[in-house]
Amino acid sequence: MSKLLEIKNLTVHYETVDGVIHAVEGLNLSLEKGQTLGLVGETGAGKTTTMKAIMRILPEPPAKLKSGEIFFAGEDLLKKTVSEMRKIRGKRISMIFQDPMTSLNPIMTVGHQIAEVIHIHNNISKRDAEVEAAKMLETVGIKAERANDYPHQFSGGMKQRVVIAMALACNPDLLIADEPTTALDVTIQAQVLELMRLLKVQRETAMILITHDLGIVAETCDSVAIMYAGEIVEKGSLSDIFNDARHPYTKGLFACIPDLFSEAEMLTPIPGQMPDPSELPAGCNFCSRCAYAMEGCGSRDPAMREIAPGHFVKCHRWTGETGKDVLDDE
Amino acid sequence: MFKYILRRILLMIPVMLFVIVIVFTLMYFTPGDPVDTILAGSDATAQTREALREELGLNGTYLERLGRYIGGLLHGDLGLDYNSRMPVIDIIKVAFPSTLKIAGAAIAFATILGIAIGIWAAVNQYTFADTFATILALLGNSMPVFWLALLLMLQFSIRLRWLPATGLDGWKGLIMPAFCTSVSSLAAIARMTRSSMLEVIRSDYITTARAKGVREANVITEHALGNAMIPVVTTIGIQFGNLLGGAVLTETVFAIPGMGTMIVSAIKARNIPVVQGGVLVCALSLCVLNLVIDLLYGFIDPRIKSQYK
Amino acid sequence: MKENNMQKQEALTYKHRGQGAEIWRRFRKSKTAMLGLFMLLVLVFLAIFADVLTPYDATKSDAANRMLQPSAEHLFGTDELGRDIFTRIAMGTRISLTVGLVSVTISAVGGIILGSIAGYYGGKVDTIIMRFVDIWMAIPSLLLNITIVAVLGVGLENVMIAIGISNIPGYCRTIRASIMSIKGSEYIEAAKASGASDARIILSHIIPNSLAPLIVQATLRMGASILICASMSFMGLGVVPPTPEWGAMLSTGRSFLRDHPHLCTFPGGAIMYTVLAMNLLGDGIRDALDPKLKN
Repeated sequence: MSKLLEIKNLTVHYETVDGVIHAVEGLNLSLEKGQTLGLVGETGAGKTTTMKAIMRILPEPPAKLKSGEIFFAGEDLLKKTVSEMRKIRGKRISMIFQDPMTSLNPIMTVGHQIAEVIHIHNNISKRDAEVEAAKMLETVGIKAERANDYPHQFSGGMKQRVVIAMALACNPDLLIADEPTTALDVTIQAQVLELMRLLKVQRETAMILITHDLGIVAETCDSVAIMYAGEIVEKGSLSDIFNDARHPYTKGLFACIPDLFSEAEMLTPIPGQMPDPSELPAGCNFCSRCAYAMEGCGSRDPAMREIAPGHFVKCHRWTGETGKDVLDDE
Repeated sequence: MFKYILRRILLMIPVMLFVIVIVFTLMYFTPGDPVDTILAGSDATAQTREALREELGLNGTYLERLGRYIGGLLHGDLGLDYNSRMPVIDIIKVAFPSTLKIAGAAIAFATILGIAIGIWAAVNQYTFADTFATILALLGNSMPVFWLALLLMLQFSIRLRWLPATGLDGWKGLIMPAFCTSVSSLAAIARMTRSSMLEVIRSDYITTARAKGVREANVITEHALGNAMIPVVTTIGIQFGNLLGGAVLTETVFAIPGMGTMIVSAIKARNIPVVQGGVLVCALSLCVLNLVIDLLYGFIDPRIKSQYK
Repeated sequence: MKENNMQKQEALTYKHRGQGAEIWRRFRKSKTAMLGLFMLLVLVFLAIFADVLTPYDATKSDAANRMLQPSAEHLFGTDELGRDIFTRIAMGTRISLTVGLVSVTISAVGGIILGSIAGYYGGKVDTIIMRFVDIWMAIPSLLLNITIVAVLGVGLENVMIAIGISNIPGYCRTIRASIMSIKGSEYIEAAKASGASDARIILSHIIPNSLAPLIVQATLRMGASILICASMSFMGLGVVPPTPEWGAMLSTGRSFLRDHPHLCTFPGGAIMYTVLAMNLLGDGIRDALDPKLKN
């Protein structure tokens, strides 16, 4: 099965008056057709930048695509012209954003906003597009009559449904969802996720789900990639990551989750902070916070290594000859 | 929608009343007795004084005079000019249209050009267009209207003889006064449009529109512009007041017999009824204009209409 | 308790000192802000040394030297009464800066008092005052100034008072906003608990903290105030001759526009220079105090 999306060596910098921000460095990622990839990481890790690079909606300036190739269905998106890219956005790759409160144009009816994306990418009249838009609203569980209402007349969860309707209206091959439920109440979160899962299965849409919530990843994703300070530090299948996490950062993330059944008195956060992206350290980015740091971690940057089929880790602990799990004794 | 309009109109009435009371009260405290000034030097009897007082509406207590004034207002009676005894309303009727012409042309020019420059600067941020617009706005804000008027008059009337130096005859006579009056508002509107557009362009819904594949030109015109206009409409409303001031000054330079020259000469002559009537008419016109702006909001921003469903 | 209070006050003052250096650094970074500052310093220099800069008298007429073009002897030429224009403009600097300072003081004092009462007591008092202030603010400034001068009579002093009065709403709102945001803070509670009177709290805590937005207000308004004063004088509602006020100079120079435009060019230029300087300075201060507001 050839990959739907393949990102090779992507590097994105932001050039500002206060220095160069290394948002994404040498990123490699891939996704199969119809699969869901969970992209996990703290705020500022570079997840949104990567996704915007795929969509080519980075603000340039100050963003600068320094290197890389993004193959979508075999074609390098970074080499496409502005108008070619425009035809892809909304039609073959869609993106939904975190805050539904601000993602919708406040002075346009929701019906019109959905109809817009249908009208641009299909050869049908505006009136027909409106009809299709109403149908799309029904698909996400909103009554068709509400197509003439404005965004402020909907609740947060319903707004997000509208956003999903907009994103899936043209049946894209890939849906990028940037923390789609972070701004919603927990109960609404479950509903929206379920809706996304249903539609995804129906339409065989591949999805990249950005989130910092491992619980959501466990429920919806087929594969996972952990991102830290502009790099992928570990990636693999869902069971690889959840049952066999190797990178110290990944381990740290799992340790942060409060456990209902243990008797811990305090939460175990990962000490320290992500490094300043305009002054990245030599060597491994995670070294200063790593409980397992060895000599050499601070001076040499580790390479990404495949330690099991499909399971990659970027850590000096795993670049030894044996690949033996040095941390087994814990 | 109708409810919204009705509500705004009703709200305007107490404001107008308040303005009338304030203007009247301010003028009431002007020192000096007009009757003495008018009858100065003559041997007027107490009777004549009383008669003059009555004719000029200067008898009675504060409340009686206020009541009479408001009553007169409703009939279009604004009192009599102290010196000529002409009805103030007639004097205003002659002066008002000139000021209206200048102010109207000025606001139209300032709005159209101001918004255009603001959009141009915002869409081309960090380039020459942006710098040019910023400098223009700065100069427009700092330049004294009457100086600009004199410079233009020097160049276009005296040296080139293209435009008339005084008066408001035809469109040629309107150009310079309207332009001078519009400059500071042009600067303010351009500045607000630019900053509003810049802010809107950074909004999430603009990113969403781009992510949908909407053409950049349409992103600006269909998505950004409507939202950016909301604070710009506020600015235009504020500019109405500035425009009035600008028109007053321009009238002085170009010797146009409008409200400005009328009020200024009345002040110098201590002709209170004319000042009062003039200021009142200006203030009330602004109330009406602000109402129009409020109604405009209702049309542009559906969130405001909803409050009155 | 008192010790706690003093510590908190010290912490506050220390915070200001550290911030001061940071603000100055940001201000220095902006070329336009520094330009504005420089332009203002030139004006201040002229104002201080006006009478010793040139050998000429600003008000004495000299019929023999009327209407001379700008030259080495008369930098800006002479006017219709033979007076050196450069000297008059330099003296006019004193008037303009005085007008700016006096009117700002009147507005600030009035605004602070009104805004403090409104913000501190809140409730009905606040609503009434703010309604009143809203309408006050809505009246266009030239109109308001003209009306006040109509009541008080023409003259420079009355113009200053009028400008001062008409700008009160701006300061009132600013201080009220500051007060409302600080009102719930802990150190106000602490001060109250240690028995400080309301007036004392306002004077020693609230006003120092609202200083920054007030300064921005003041600088940005000063340019507008000077412009209004010149406008009023131009219309004959301000100074009396032979006072060398720029607006009045423009008004008399008008009659000689055709043949001797230099009588108008320089006073008008001086007004524009001053307003520009204040605008650049005001923008610079505002950006230095809160860079987030900048675009």
